[in-house]
Amino acid sequence: MNPPIVKFTIDGKEYLAAAGTYIIDVARESGIFIPTLCNIPGVKPRGACRMCTVSVNGRFMAACTTPASDGMEVRTSSPELEDLRRAILEVMFVEGNHLCPVCEKSGNCDLQALAYRYQIMVPRFPFQFPHRTIDAANPRLVKDHNRCILCKRCIRTVKDAKGRSFFAFRRRGHKIEISIDHEMADLMTDEIAGQAADICPTGALLRKEGGYRIPIAERKYEKVAIGAPDGTDTR
Amino acid sequence: MEKKKTVVATASLAGCFGCHMSILDIDERILSLIDLVEFHRSPITDIKHFTEYCDIGIIEGSCCNSENVQVLREFRRHCRVLVSLGECAIMGGVPAMRNGIPVRECIEEAYLNGPSVKGHNPEMVLPNDPELPMLLDRVYPCHEIVKVDHFLPGCPPRADLIYDTLAALITGGELHLPYETVKYD
Repeated sequence: MNPPIVKFTIDGKEYLAAAGTYIIDVARESGIFIPTLCNIPGVKPRGACRMCTVSVNGRFMAACTTPASDGMEVRTSSPELEDLRRAILEVMFVEGNHLCPVCEKSGNCDLQALAYRYQIMVPRFPFQFPHRTIDAANPRLVKDHNRCILCKRCIRTVKDAKGRSFFAFRRRGHKIEISIDHEMADLMTDEIAGQAADICPTGALLRKEGGYRIPIAERKYEKVAIGAPDGTDTR
Repeated sequence: MEKKKTVVATASLAGCFGCHMSILDIDERILSLIDLVEFHRSPITDIKHFTEYCDIGIIEGSCCNSENVQVLREFRRHCRVLVSLGECAIMGGVPAMRNGIPVRECIEEAYLNGPSVKGHNPEMVLPNDPELPMLLDRVYPCHEIVKVDHFLPGCPPRADLIYDTLAALITGGELHLPYETVKYD
């Protein structure tokens, strides 16, 4: 039996969707831009980054974990929402050590691209300069914890044929960090390492022996903003 | 009577002078800029001390030692508008990569243990002349030391960003920044 159809509005326009469809998926299919970092189409959402916060019947909810329901009124943009999203980005920038000038991912980085889109000149919060490590023990991947925003994209998508994750969180609280499973690390192929580096929205996971492959001026977000209306990036 | 030109001062603190290079990268527009502004204290003019109140102060680089802090405070006292130019001034940049590492460890790496110095300093001399500015415990973005009015990110900031901002500040015109001009690298 098909799930029932629900009727709701996004920015005043009426939409229909199967019950249980997440707001973000309806918006994405309809070409409405809602900024996301941790969300991956087709993968169970985590609501980790809160970038996709929208107003649902006047309350702020994460669009990636909130299913559409009958009569729901969703607003994707307002001065308050835009400021909240900017604040979330600024928190991410001060919470880690995001040195764009020395980062291989610069120009192809989703976190940076969102900050470009919002033209963030300086974060309103004081820089924390946390002391984090760089782990290059894996033969194919470098883990730079300075740049990790804990979005869990790698944990949720990079898996072997049996569905086991190569990545996991270890430690707790402000010391939490991603780790590569020791036994699984031996199974990691070049292809899987590439997949992990591509799925990382920042430069926290980088392929070894393959940096700076795309020349400056040809990088992903050089001229086209993330989520630009021409559809070059629908993520 | 000739209209008084806007007086601009610039300084490079813990930076690489790349941002100053980017100021020069405005190419022939520097001729129209020269009609509008006069450079006071700046590495371009080699004027070392303020003798008048300036309209715009442009700071490249972050604060990594006591001299940087002193210069920055002098700029704040003598400039109506202060602009942080580039990633180092805004967030510490490359110098801030030492944040979190004890100062002694940094100095010992530079003068005793680093691969290019190891074995070449048998007396274990560490620079300690009273003339030398003291290193701060960590590198500070400029706006954590004084109030900064405007921020121009980039490494270096694009010449267009610098020119458009200066033009808007001087003429009082509106500033529209195209997507391509605001970059962090």
